[in-house]
Amino acid sequence: MNSSSAQRRSSRRVLPGFGLSLGFTLAYLGIIILLPLVATFAKTAGMTWAEFWTAVASPRVIASYEITFGASLLAALFNVPCGVLLAWVLVRYEFPGRRLVDALVDLPFALPTAVAGIALTAIYAKNGWIGHCLEPLGIKVAYTPVGVWVALTFIGLPFVVRTVQPILEELEPELEEAAATLGATRAQTFRRVILPALRPAVVTGFALAFARAVGEYGSVVFISGNRPMHTEITPLLIITKLDQYDYQGATALAVVMLVGSFAILFLIQLMQRQGTRRARA
Amino acid sequence: MSIEARNISKHFGSYTALGGVSLKVETGRLTALLGPSGSGKTTLLRIIAGLEFPDVTADPTAGRVLFHGADVSDMPAGQRGVGFVFQHYALFKHMTVFDNIAFGLTVRPRKTRPSRPEIADRVNELLRLVQLDNLGGRMPDQLSGGQRQRVALARALAMQPKVLLLDEPFGALDAQVRKELRRWLRQLHEQLHVTTVFVTHDQEEALELADEVVVMNQAKIEQVGQPQEVYDRPASPFVIEFLGNVNRLAAGESRLRTPGKDVLYVRPHDVDIQHGSAIRHGLAARVLHIFSAGNYGRVTLARADTGEHFEAEVARDRLRDLQLKQGDDVSVMFRHVRLFPRGEFTEADVRDGKLTETKAGAVPAHGAGEHI
Repeated sequence: MNSSSAQRRSSRRVLPGFGLSLGFTLAYLGIIILLPLVATFAKTAGMTWAEFWTAVASPRVIASYEITFGASLLAALFNVPCGVLLAWVLVRYEFPGRRLVDALVDLPFALPTAVAGIALTAIYAKNGWIGHCLEPLGIKVAYTPVGVWVALTFIGLPFVVRTVQPILEELEPELEEAAATLGATRAQTFRRVILPALRPAVVTGFALAFARAVGEYGSVVFISGNRPMHTEITPLLIITKLDQYDYQGATALAVVMLVGSFAILFLIQLMQRQGTRRARA
Repeated sequence: MSIEARNISKHFGSYTALGGVSLKVETGRLTALLGPSGSGKTTLLRIIAGLEFPDVTADPTAGRVLFHGADVSDMPAGQRGVGFVFQHYALFKHMTVFDNIAFGLTVRPRKTRPSRPEIADRVNELLRLVQLDNLGGRMPDQLSGGQRQRVALARALAMQPKVLLLDEPFGALDAQVRKELRRWLRQLHEQLHVTTVFVTHDQEEALELADEVVVMNQAKIEQVGQPQEVYDRPASPFVIEFLGNVNRLAAGESRLRTPGKDVLYVRPHDVDIQHGSAIRHGLAARVLHIFSAGNYGRVTLARADTGEHFEAEVARDRLRDLQLKQGDDVSVMFRHVRLFPRGEFTEADVRDGKLTETKAGAVPAHGAGEHI
């Protein structure tokens, strides 16, 4: 009796509420995230393998994966240098309107994606502000894969900026000064001192932007034109299937996207870990 | 390589960090910039390094920094050939200790860059010098504070700087490591003889380590001199108060009457205590507290006339002979005092109750015969 109460005391944590908070966390994750996922998988369980395969591997669907994952990847990659630059400017320079620019960065977060899609289409269409300038050059944006990429770049930008910005803000100025006194040029300092410090944040920002882009629907459907085999994204295919009451087909696609996204994010996470470990070795 | 700073001013907005400061550091010296925070010492160091630039004034000879007579004022930090060590080490966290130290060599343009084996030799030599032989492969966050600071020093030394500048190099370390590293830095200086300037707010550190101490206060230099000189002959009330323990007493009261002087300073070890109030030249006081550790006892006293508290440092043997108790009424003699009116000063030894002036400031000395 006595010893067991002593034991209980010794295993007690300093921070109270561990059991309660962990329980809540698991329950919350379960209801909000895991349950819908399970439902998705369960729904497809009713299909035979052949049915599943035809649903997820028809040429039109394969083409949609390519455009979805391909454009998302390119958009996220493009957002990395641009986002870092934007964060750099916002953190390092004082200029009038800095707060305004800072607020603007969040706009793609806040804007209903359909609004963004319509606005982008208006600008990049043949007679739009940018579209009519590009038209003579033979560059078409709206209703082409380029348009998909533009929309995904737009919605992904804040992720990179907002993950890199705080890290950049907390970067000690002494590091750059130390590099300067050691004779490094600005370019060398940036490449060898600043970038490595930002790398984890950049990778996280990239992963977030990519994940968001893969699931994006609203802004893309307006600008892409949704031509099958050409500019049709997977989320749109899912909606189309739902419209046709093909719930199983829709969830089958969803499963593929889920697994694909998860695999890519997991891979990024793994690379990140390994990078850190290599740096430590 | 000697360093000269000529009439340096620096403002940050409306705040004056340096108000026309000039300084000369001789080749091979170990110099301390000593002062409280906000005195401008770090700013001066950073201006010497080229990390900060002095205000531009109408006078073209003002705001200049010279290394060995050559004007480096317009040179960026990287070209001045200075090694700089930061208070918080500023090590590159993603690089190993080895790569940190090699950094200065590897960023050189290809023409002047040493070959890989040469760099490795140099880094290993430096690792030996800072006594971290086997830690080249570690990451900075796997080292203790003292080790990190030594890595920072090795990194600065790698490019064979002509001038070594250290900004509060021991500021972030605990007392024990601090002492050890201080001694070690002194040894290193004897070995390398690089002209070194370090910033500190710790008077003990400055006095113990430096060949020359520059005492700074409120954007100005108060005094420059060898540690002994600065300690024994402080040029201003600020210096005497900043360097070591000192009692500040009102002059012009009772037996401390000294015409024209307002403040009297006496170091605790210049205070002698005798029993009873009968001593002719003594100052009556009461013992408030006695604490003895080591060779000295610290006695806190209260002046009978003004009630001011002050401290005496008495040798342990003497303390035993006196058999002082709390609440005892005693007579106090000062061996050496410094007297300051507003702005000027007089310094005096006390013999047989007479002040014998040894040094005087701008004001003509008077009151030399006064009893103390």
